Amino acid sequence: MSDMAVVSSGAGFWRRARRHRSFVFGGILSAVLVGTAALSLVWTPHSPYRIDIPNRLKPMSPTYWLGTDPFGRDVFSLLMTGAQNSIVVGVVAVAIGMLLGTALGLLASARRGWVEELVMRFTDFSFAFPAILTAIMLTAVLGPGTVNSIIAIGIFNIPVFARVARGAANAVWSREFVLAARACGRGRLRITFDHVLPNIVSVIVVQATIRFALAILAEAALSYLGLGTQPPNPSWGRMLNEAQTLIYIAPQLAIFPGIAIALAVLGLNLLGDGLRDLVDPRLIRRR
Amino acid sequence: MTAPLLEVENLVRTFTLPREHLFRPPPVVNALRGVGFTITPGRSLGLVGESGSGKSTLARLAMALDRPTSGTVRLMGHDLFAQPAAKLRTLRRHMQMIFQDPYGSLDPRQKVARIVAEPLEALTGAPKAEREARVREALASVGLGDTALDRYPHEFSGGQRQRIATARALVTRPDLIVADEPVSALDVSVRAQVLNLLRDLQEKFSVTFLMISHDLAVVDYLCDDIVVLKDGLIVESGASAEILRRPQHPYTRELIAAATKRYS
Repeated sequence: MSDMAVVSSGAGFWRRARRHRSFVFGGILSAVLVGTAALSLVWTPHSPYRIDIPNRLKPMSPTYWLGTDPFGRDVFSLLMTGAQNSIVVGVVAVAIGMLLGTALGLLASARRGWVEELVMRFTDFSFAFPAILTAIMLTAVLGPGTVNSIIAIGIFNIPVFARVARGAANAVWSREFVLAARACGRGRLRITFDHVLPNIVSVIVVQATIRFALAILAEAALSYLGLGTQPPNPSWGRMLNEAQTLIYIAPQLAIFPGIAIALAVLGLNLLGDGLRDLVDPRLIRRR
Repeated sequence: MTAPLLEVENLVRTFTLPREHLFRPPPVVNALRGVGFTITPGRSLGLVGESGSGKSTLARLAMALDRPTSGTVRLMGHDLFAQPAAKLRTLRRHMQMIFQDPYGSLDPRQKVARIVAEPLEALTGAPKAEREARVREALASVGLGDTALDRYPHEFSGGQRQRIATARALVTRPDLIVADEPVSALDVSVRAQVLNLLRDLQEKFSVTFLMISHDLAVVDYLCDDIVVLKDGLIVESGASAEILRRPQHPYTRELIAAATKRYS
């Protein structure tokens, strides 16, 4: 049966979701990431801002679970608080890209003709630039900082969502229920909001999860280069940068933030892949 | 002589295909090459022809979902393609459509109550309470109870979905319903049920059908007149009984032979 709604029917979705290994694993990792960030708002083993030179570069111990950095700050607390930063940058940057990109994609699909052509050529144009490199250029011009890195990453999410939204929306526009709505005298705007958007939401959500992982990676890259979050606010990317000079003396300083970034990105990617399998009816039928 | 419900005059629709060669003109398909007929209230018309004969193009033009290359379509005397948007909307109240694919014509993300209410909401200023009452009434007339209101299309079978689509078409109490192959996607067992339903509704709501089908048996069951379309031109037209008993054109005979072979 060629029916997309089967997918979203409540009970069935969760039953299949629980059996989907990468969805479950990705979901757990993502939940740990969000949970850690939430916990760090109220509690960390030590303050991530307190500089304590006598206790610098301590190894792992019951007091300092993952040791301390060259300023005597607790690495575990820094990682916990750094998760906040990654999530905020990821969520806001993806939200910018998702809102503007989806709106552009829906517009292109509703108007077709030269409007669609214009939007699509704009996305081609922006895809021609390597995303991270241009984000670096943007933050270099706008000045380093969390807000500017969010803007830079957000801008590069716009064309991604525009493409995905337009492709999915075009498929919906060719369905008969859209024709039925037009036979009722519905205009393009109403059809877009009543019929097209609800039918592409799942595709957009899947894309958002995957782009979220990439945004975390991009933020880490910008912070590593010193263009993202500024001290004293902890950020995984900058922890990597600071660990670089001490890599032979205290390799754990580079290893732990590295693992944190890898696990966060892996978790979100698995979650996104799992979600895509679960909402894409074609893949379901194949299994 | 009653005033005609739908007048189709000299309708031409050509589609320009994408260019195949840079220096040659793009290929053109003539879907309709000058078609005309009249439907009077109470006399349903069946439009027959094989796939590619221009039937569906004609259905879309009759519903003002597409614009003709030339020619006119008049609903109750009003030229559909010469109306301002607001006027066209009020005219749409008098005509509704049933589509071929009951799986594609209902939005999977909307509940039945909202699907059936859409024409009312879009075309009439009826208050919410009245809309709800009329949705219930329309569903009841196609044999579906109030329990259907809160469910999604995927919870229904193909035949039930086509009933929901029919309820949606009936809800504005239109004078004309354009039905594009309404039963060809259904199982044979369900087909008869839906055809009987359409026939009952025809009398009960005094609605006139423009029935599009490749199947003469279906058209014969529901329609008083038949128009046979081939390659965008009318090859034969007249009263159903007359055409089925004494087909003049060889193409019509072919269609009849195909239909009888299938049902005997």
